[in-house]
Amino acid sequence: MGAGHAHAIYVHEHSFVHHLPPETKVLSVLLFVTATALTPREAIWAFAVYGAAEALLVVFARVPFRFVLSRLLAVAPFVVFALFLPFIGEGKDVSLAGIALSSEGVWSMWNILAKAILGATASILLAATTEVPDIVKGFGRLRVPPVITAIASFMIRYLEVISGELARMRTAMTARGYDPRWLSQARPIASSAGTLFVRSYERGERVYDAMLSRGYTGAMPAIDSRSASAREWAAALILPLLAGATAITAFVTL
Amino acid sequence: MSSALSTTDLHYSYPDGQAALSGVSFSISSGERLALLGPNGAGKTTLALHLNGIKRGDRGLVQVGDLKLDDRTVGEIRRRIGLVFQNPDDQLFMPTVSQDVAFGPANLGMTGGHLDGVVRGALAAVGAEELRRRVPHHLSGGERRRVALATVLAMEPSVLVLDEPTSGLDPAGRRELIGVLETLPMAQLVITHDLPFAHELCERTLIMDGGRIVADGKTAEILGDEALLKMHRLEMPYRV
Repeated sequence: MGAGHAHAIYVHEHSFVHHLPPETKVLSVLLFVTATALTPREAIWAFAVYGAAEALLVVFARVPFRFVLSRLLAVAPFVVFALFLPFIGEGKDVSLAGIALSSEGVWSMWNILAKAILGATASILLAATTEVPDIVKGFGRLRVPPVITAIASFMIRYLEVISGELARMRTAMTARGYDPRWLSQARPIASSAGTLFVRSYERGERVYDAMLSRGYTGAMPAIDSRSASAREWAAALILPLLAGATAITAFVTL
Repeated sequence: MSSALSTTDLHYSYPDGQAALSGVSFSISSGERLALLGPNGAGKTTLALHLNGIKRGDRGLVQVGDLKLDDRTVGEIRRRIGLVFQNPDDQLFMPTVSQDVAFGPANLGMTGGHLDGVVRGALAAVGAEELRRRVPHHLSGGERRRVALATVLAMEPSVLVLDEPTSGLDPAGRRELIGVLETLPMAQLVITHDLPFAHELCERTLIMDGGRIVADGKTAEILGDEALLKMHRLEMPYRV
């Protein structure tokens, strides 16, 4: 309750990309990321192709560039790590403005930066054009075992419920003067984690009762069986095909 | 009228040995609306969980229409008894509203266009067609309650069992719920602490206390009996 309606990762639009069946987009992103990850780092032109393809897709999907950039902040920790590599890499064999750098380190930095940003952008685009329940549905249609998709969808459904419960417990603790500053004050945090665990376990039992009440017999029913058309598959696979061709060319010409 | 649901001498004890139901017998006719009142801990929710075989009594009988509850009939009885849980967050467990409403009928083997029609019909019955694509977590309290009701209506039950349906609702949400329940033709057993709600909706009332049915009669008479209400920790907010 009181969670608001902010779909922080979804951009409500009606583009062609939004309307593609989720399973085609999920597979497309997986293949695209695989192709970029396998591309040799020395083929700088290949990464330019990937970047241009993604930029084009951002425009097609009517996702604001600013949105993509702000979401990319999620990879910032990796970026910071990568930026150190030229300074700590083996063998300082080049120098820039008087600072000794390792060329191996520079290549590693470039490799991590390029692949992390391309991969993250692809998944940001997937999430921006596909609502979370549909992504789970997409994995289901790609023959991911129902047990896995059921766990994922329950997690998505109850994450906000449980984090709301945690927030209320913290408010209740603060309201009674709990203001932890030292490790010796950590005890209530530990016991509230325990309480949350027990409450979630009991909720799980009630949810299971509710499922039984509606005829659950141990397998999640197939609710939506529409599958993607050949044209939709073809449209969605343009991106990974292009990426695959680029990666192979990069290998061959190296 | 024929009996839609009845229990005979139902007994149940919690695993720790504490008795929760001590010989519950009652019957509800088809199309009848029956209120079940009683203090906290009287065994009302436990009774509700026995009606569709989620819990099994140590002794006694549950009969739904022509079927006696046993291992063989429990599937059909769960379809016929539509149990609406107290907390919609326990009832609505699927990622979207329409998937949640489809869960029950899909378990019964419905698919495709037929399933789609049943889902639309159930949502229309509670005035929630426009919520189809929504995520349960983002619904208001009143919307959640109506959607929870739709998930059960989709199974076309002959008896609705509602556990404290008005708790946590604002007056308008409560009014909308009354409006919906009044239009539904099936028998309804309404567990509630909201006595004016019981008075408005149900002709007949049961009071349960200490695992037993202690009163069974016309709602107006029972709610007018101040001494009886007080004895069982109940109170009308105004005079009937």
